[in-house]
Amino acid sequence: MELHSLTIHQLHQLLSKREVSSQELTESVFKRIESIEEKVNAYITLTHELAMEQAKQADENISQGKTDSLTGIPLAIKDVLCIKAVRTTCGSGILENFIAPYDATVIKKLKGKDAVFVGRTNMDEFAMGSSTETSYFGITRNPWDLERIPGGSSGGSAAAVSADECIAALGSDTGGSIRQPAACCGLVGLKPTYGRVSRFGLVAFASSLDQIGPMTKDVKDAAILMNEICGYDPLDSTSVNVKVPDYTQALGREVKGMSVGIPKEYFIEGLDREVEVTVKEAIKAMEGLGIDIKEVSLPHTEYAVAVYYLIAPAEASSNLARYDGVRYGYRAKKGAGLLDMYKLSRSEGFGTEVKRRIMLGTYALSAGYYDAYYKKASQVRTLIRNDFEKAFSECDVIVTPTAPTPAFKIGEKMDDPLKMYLSDIFTIPANLAGIAGISIPCGFSSHGLPIGLQILANSFQEEKLLQVAHAYEQHTKWHLKKPDLTLPKYSHHSP
Amino acid sequence: MKIDRKEVEHVAQLARLQFDEAQLEMFVHQLNTILEYFEKLQKINTSEIEPTSHAVVMNNIFRDDAVEDFSDKDLLLTNAPSKEKGCFKVPKVIE
Repeated sequence: MELHSLTIHQLHQLLSKREVSSQELTESVFKRIESIEEKVNAYITLTHELAMEQAKQADENISQGKTDSLTGIPLAIKDVLCIKAVRTTCGSGILENFIAPYDATVIKKLKGKDAVFVGRTNMDEFAMGSSTETSYFGITRNPWDLERIPGGSSGGSAAAVSADECIAALGSDTGGSIRQPAACCGLVGLKPTYGRVSRFGLVAFASSLDQIGPMTKDVKDAAILMNEICGYDPLDSTSVNVKVPDYTQALGREVKGMSVGIPKEYFIEGLDREVEVTVKEAIKAMEGLGIDIKEVSLPHTEYAVAVYYLIAPAEASSNLARYDGVRYGYRAKKGAGLLDMYKLSRSEGFGTEVKRRIMLGTYALSAGYYDAYYKKASQVRTLIRNDFEKAFSECDVIVTPTAPTPAFKIGEKMDDPLKMYLSDIFTIPANLAGIAGISIPCGFSSHGLPIGLQILANSFQEEKLLQVAHAYEQHTKWHLKKPDLTLPKYSHHSP
Repeated sequence: MKIDRKEVEHVAQLARLQFDEAQLEMFVHQLNTILEYFEKLQKINTSEIEPTSHAVVMNNIFRDDAVEDFSDKDLLLTNAPSKEKGCFKVPKVIE
């Protein structure tokens, strides 16, 4: 078994027994990147020098007996989290040359634990997308089928973990951007409760929805990363001061007698037949573990996409006003005065999807339309939250498909924004309600594409998510399957 | 039609964006399709419903208004598209 294919907890054993060094491990990861990155394009920037320095430091600490759960572990970081003195692009041309002047809080925490940063992963521009196709830095390919998208917006992180180009990764999730790519690439992806992880240093997309979370090869690794990234931060006034438990303690807890709610509104027209069958089999397997299965109702589910695509662009249009070509980012060469400079810099710097959302958000907030759109959406958001409150009074967790289809073909939805938006239909409600969600692998389509199972829990109930996810994972072992990247390079006609 | 060309141009102006003919046409078409889809929200009676602007209910979070030094001024200025004597430089604002 190659080092790069192992998990955080397996490598921790090897590192702490000093059977391997972090430097060997990190080199193994870079060798893997060298051999397959050309096919996958998971990274925007590789930080080899930084990684080797960190690995050396980690090895020194290990030799002094200081081995934490992440010491010396090579991680990939979505290019939306600031790492001091490292380029941070958000997948956008407007930030092509932006060097972050400080560390995000999660980055500071990981540095403090002697983790190793391999590189910055590709993403949809400003995390706006479900396929990683809107990145300024080119598309990322799904390691399971190079003609398909890896999901998005954290598609680079998902592809990197799935192709063993890192041991684990961080992503961010505003409407499903951790869970949907995790499903597309056969991984574990966890969106924590809103407020659980500090957003300081996470470049803002939609501030009331964004959360940072782990993307990993198994559930235990997700628990390990959660232990390190969660917690209150005075620099993020929306982070919540709730004690962080040891999430690994939730693994292996008895699930017999727990109850899983199945919302009938998620098994609808448009749900791929194979996804439906696979998810229903997973629910049967849970029943076999002694979990009670019951039907619950989330009656406002069908409105979630509309609510989200009003609220998220509204917040984005405000957050992205900062890109004006003055203090950082792209500035247009031409332009007579200040106003011209703003307009040209923004119009040349942003990609089409980002402009579409800024337009949508600006419209929804503009005079005369605020009540009909933004306020209305915020009211329906309350109804969606209430639905979950009621459902969670009847069950411990809720189980649904993560995405309505397995990974789709590159180019398939690029001309139809609404069709693309509907790929987030099952993940968006959790962001609107602020609750926690995880996607874990639950089988494969007849084309060999991974299918994801989503488990949702009420706010600050991540332990329940991990408990159920782990029990299912250990029972089924889907997570052990790996894509075969030795296959000949894709033969094709780029989209 | 929910939004016409004139309105799209107005919104672009508010958002400090500008588009060529083809882009304008595309946005008029696409924004209309999306806004049509949003119409489904009007089916729900929300007259008695409080809006949610944040998932976690919280009020003003205060901290002391204390000055903290930021030690990496140079790193900040590295990113400036144009600078002079430690300041950001912009085109002339007042004639």
